[in-house]
Amino acid sequence: MTTTMGGEAAHTVKDLADAYDVIVIGAGPAGLSAATAVSTLGARTLLIDENQTPGGQIYRSILLAQTADRQRLGEDYWQGREIAETFLHSGAQYAPATTAWSIGPANDEGGGFIGHEVGVSGSGTARLIRTRQVVLATGALERPFPIPGWTLPGVMTAGAAQIVLKTSGLIPEGRVVIAGSGPLLYLLAAQLIEAGATVAAVLDTMPRSNWLKALRHLPVFLTSAYVAKGLRLLRTMQRRTKVVRWVSAMSAEGPGEMKEVVWTAGGQEHRLPADLLLLHQGVVPNVNFSNAAGCRHVWDETQLAFRPQVDEWYETSVPGIAIAGDGAGIRGAEAAALQGKLAGLGCAARLALIGGEDRDRRASSLKVQLTKVTRGREFLDALYRPSKAFRVPQNPETIVCRCEEISATQIRASVSAGAIGPNQMKVFLRSGMGPCQGRLCGPTVTELIADERGVSPDKVGYYRLRFPIKPLRLRELASLPQSDAAKVAVLADLADTHHSKVN
Amino acid sequence: MFRRAPDRIRDQVTFTFDGMPISASAGDSVAAALLAAGIRACRTTPVSGAPRGPYCMMGVCFECLVRIDGVGNRQGCLVPVQEGMTVETQKGSHFLSAEPAQ
Amino acid sequence: MAISRKHADPDIVVVGGGLMGACLAWGLARQGLRVCVLDEGDIALRASRANFALIWVQGKGLGFPAYTAWTKAAAAAWPQLASDLKSDTGIDVGLDQPGGFTLCLSDRELQANVDALQRLHNQPGAVAHPYEVLDHRQTKAFLPTIGPDVSGAIYCPLDGHVNSLRLFRALHTAFKTGDIDYRADHAVDTIEPYAGGFVLKGAWGEIRVPKVVLAAGIDNARLAPMVGLDAPMKPSRGQIIVTEKASPFLRHPIVTVRQTDEGGVMIGDSEEADSASLTINHTISSVMADRAIRMFPLLADLNVVRTWSALRVMTLDGCPVYEKSQSHPGAFVAMAHSGVTLAPQHAYDLAHVIAAGVIPDEISIFGTRRFHVPACA
Repeated sequence: MTTTMGGEAAHTVKDLADAYDVIVIGAGPAGLSAATAVSTLGARTLLIDENQTPGGQIYRSILLAQTADRQRLGEDYWQGREIAETFLHSGAQYAPATTAWSIGPANDEGGGFIGHEVGVSGSGTARLIRTRQVVLATGALERPFPIPGWTLPGVMTAGAAQIVLKTSGLIPEGRVVIAGSGPLLYLLAAQLIEAGATVAAVLDTMPRSNWLKALRHLPVFLTSAYVAKGLRLLRTMQRRTKVVRWVSAMSAEGPGEMKEVVWTAGGQEHRLPADLLLLHQGVVPNVNFSNAAGCRHVWDETQLAFRPQVDEWYETSVPGIAIAGDGAGIRGAEAAALQGKLAGLGCAARLALIGGEDRDRRASSLKVQLTKVTRGREFLDALYRPSKAFRVPQNPETIVCRCEEISATQIRASVSAGAIGPNQMKVFLRSGMGPCQGRLCGPTVTELIADERGVSPDKVGYYRLRFPIKPLRLRELASLPQSDAAKVAVLADLADTHHSKVN
Repeated sequence: MFRRAPDRIRDQVTFTFDGMPISASAGDSVAAALLAAGIRACRTTPVSGAPRGPYCMMGVCFECLVRIDGVGNRQGCLVPVQEGMTVETQKGSHFLSAEPAQ
Repeated sequence: MAISRKHADPDIVVVGGGLMGACLAWGLARQGLRVCVLDEGDIALRASRANFALIWVQGKGLGFPAYTAWTKAAAAAWPQLASDLKSDTGIDVGLDQPGGFTLCLSDRELQANVDALQRLHNQPGAVAHPYEVLDHRQTKAFLPTIGPDVSGAIYCPLDGHVNSLRLFRALHTAFKTGDIDYRADHAVDTIEPYAGGFVLKGAWGEIRVPKVVLAAGIDNARLAPMVGLDAPMKPSRGQIIVTEKASPFLRHPIVTVRQTDEGGVMIGDSEEADSASLTINHTISSVMADRAIRMFPLLADLNVVRTWSALRVMTLDGCPVYEKSQSHPGAFVAMAHSGVTLAPQHAYDLAHVIAAGVIPDEISIFGTRRFHVPACA
């Protein structure tokens, strides 16, 4: 029994065709919009997504949401319904509960490049599916928040609490502390309070100096849609919970699981027993797929993150791979949907389904809307720029790589031993080599090395990711097609044995 | 640790966690169902044996690893609960037995 | 924060900070030289990063008996290297030499491997290494988890493996005790000989030094002619599959499957002459995965976390090249694709020879002259 939703559109891996015109990866606003756009223009389209139902993270479980959720989660969330429903009626195929794990070039018999080959996996079956164009819409993930004790059970991300609220209607029991910075922090606190949770404190880690730096963007911000929403939220917070500002240090204490939250504000240490600590300091693009596919990335100093380099149609430096939405740079859900449409238009033109002029004509109003919805973004980026104290851990014993349990002090020591970049760091310490493949340590490791060397993160670079970007079972890999040439490459000619190869 | 909003109770699904019966709603992920049942730690790490539990709930952190129906290291937040599922704490690294689960 | 201890006046520069360069640098410093290592940056070809961590003797030296001897000596010297690195750095590199296996999945494979070993042991000047040919039942006595498809194995008691990441880290950490000037982001563009030695230049500036060792892996081909040397290579690409950590099930290394001391399982490996790209070829991963599962069925449910492809430093006959330049006597070249196996030879014997400047026969036999001699019938 499954709860996947998609009606006629939904397919299992076994049912998929061998080839498509466009494969879109990720069913958030960007992916849904791109798939709808390109399918409507006549492309044979497949949308792959890891979750059971469409919506990505921001519109998680939107098609399961009821009226009570609208009240709990707000109007912005509710908007996602239309995007998801439109997609399901677009004629595109949809493969929910399916993981995409690689993208490689597809060549014809003569070795000529004809498109891409996407590795997919679902229900224990792996396949390689060909496509002419790929749109990555893999979105964002929470910026790592390395504080002492962040690995204790009972510490989660703010996004995690939102997900269980949206998908399963779960509300935290006991005393909840929400900590960090960014608009989502207060939004979540409001949603949880609305749902009946006890939010014992909101610990705001935004440094005072951010206000001064953000001020020059304020005039533009005041004309944006964010203002009214923001002010309402803040007023709610101040009435219904304890808001602590200018928190400069924080840790979670156990033993065994999180029992107390400890923080420093105004030069004083405070403690609060708690049952759940929710951390959030913004989101960063999820670069694992675009990185492993060989796309060029740049360091965005405003957003303090690496993002893929894209042109005006969201095509990356790898021809035929586009990336739209938060995965290309954090701009929010409304922008993601518009970018998805623009990426779809770009794809359609490259496939010669529409001409260049037609593409430009359709795009012009979308571009105008995009400018409008991102108005005020500079102010938010500046205001909510996470403080260095929480990006580069102050306490040297803080675990930085959760999978391999590597501390900040070990990373710093390896820099002086010669690990000048994250890929050398992998060799020295195994950081980034665990199952999460750097998703929870990459930004921290880069910034720690940068801090230790006294250079910019741009100069330090990021982990070089490899496929599969999500795990698949060895048996699945073994089930993929094998060629004679491959057998020769592995075994040599049997008469000329493996030994002479090992020489 | 989490309770369910009364309007969101769906068809009941029962599974076991380390032999203990757990009630969940259809549509829950295994990780969400464990959280709803008050279970905060679902594994111990291969490196040090430290207890860990779900952190991101969106499939990127790999903290919610559990053993499901005899297959280890499955991301609980990506697997929907099913009636009669056997879920167990993922103790350390992926256990290789001489008889692999089919 | 200073990373390097700069020598104003190094005695020797080692070009390349991979396994070869690191072993040589450490060994040269132990010989009393002031050593400077010029290494590339974080993202570079870095062939030695993609090693399989084997210390492998069986089957080495077909067509080149001196290589069999050299490899046996390396395996015998490994405990000394591990012990010296432990004293220098406190890091245990996880050396284990319990013997290794080549597992065969058909009678034909087994026979082919047996034939090759017989040719190895019958060649003129052959150097023998101990080995046993095992049938399925005998193999299962050593390796209880093998699958029914395993027809037999070749076992060699001299084979083993090491934690190559810790080896690399230990060598780099030991640079501190050897007062080695390690400089990353110092790719060498040119080497110009002059009366007193060599000037090495790059975007970072230049350095003058009496002696230079080229340990730059694939880049040796470009650099060698600048100092009157030759470093011919053939393209050789290999792929490796890496899994998540698993409970310990395999102590012995198999030539294509090994479990690291951290628990992850590594599965290799291919030999591809297409070195144009490093894009993973899934048909190859599939063959390797399939064979690994047939060897050890319990691996089937293990999660694959990464696949690697990398270029090997492959000489024309697969055996090392060590050579002193005739026209520019202070220059040496060193390359080998078995950088892990031969680590002690590089760290001790070769470093000693390079420091002394006199090349004995047992090493000059690895010069490039052998490529110009017609092959014997």
